[in-house]
Amino acid sequence: MKTLKVLYFAVLREQRGLAEEILTTTAPTAAELYAELRARHRFTLPAECLRAALNAQFAPWTAELRDGDELAFIPPVAGG
Amino acid sequence: MFRMFDSPLDPAKLRLAMRDDGAGACVAFEGTVRDQSGGREVLALDYEAYAPLAESEGARIISEARAKFQVAGAAVAHRTGRLAPGDLAVWVGVVSEHRGPAFEACRYIIDQLKARVPIWKREHYADGMSSWINSVTGLSR
Repeated sequence: MKTLKVLYFAVLREQRGLAEEILTTTAPTAAELYAELRARHRFTLPAECLRAALNAQFAPWTAELRDGDELAFIPPVAGG
Repeated sequence: MFRMFDSPLDPAKLRLAMRDDGAGACVAFEGTVRDQSGGREVLALDYEAYAPLAESEGARIISEARAKFQVAGAAVAHRTGRLAPGDLAVWVGVVSEHRGPAFEACRYIIDQLKARVPIWKREHYADGMSSWINSVTGLSR
């Protein structure tokens, strides 16, 4: 088990009802954790539409999660 | 420098901070909130960002622009929070010795910003509805 801080933005923040949470998980990668959270919270966006960020840097979905990481799921962006 | 601001942007001040007397050109892009979108009247936009990643990814885009084009300096300021039609949402400024690279670099920076930087906006319409731009269908544009 590891403990992570997970950040949610925009449509994910609204669907989760939270901007961030601390959670413990056995998911080895960002992809697996998103799949779990998507099923639990009924997120509408598939992972293919998102990017993952680990410790405030974009990261591949296959990146290994470590205890204490800050993980963010990045919905399609709309700056400008 | 790529910075997020939660208060109104001041283009004159942003421009002054880029002063470079060796540069003969400055190109600035101002992105403002439109009062309509897809045929619907827009009353307000809410912008939010993952600020640390927005600023680091934005700095990376500026570095890329400086490597690709002969520019002397580049800076971006982007708003978060609630904006009304006409409000300035983003300012991109580039200075260079001659105008060509400044135009090209400015275009590159705003295009990459819109594609990559973790900033989101929710449009609020006159009919009481609102929606996240790009996130409803999951399509980017």
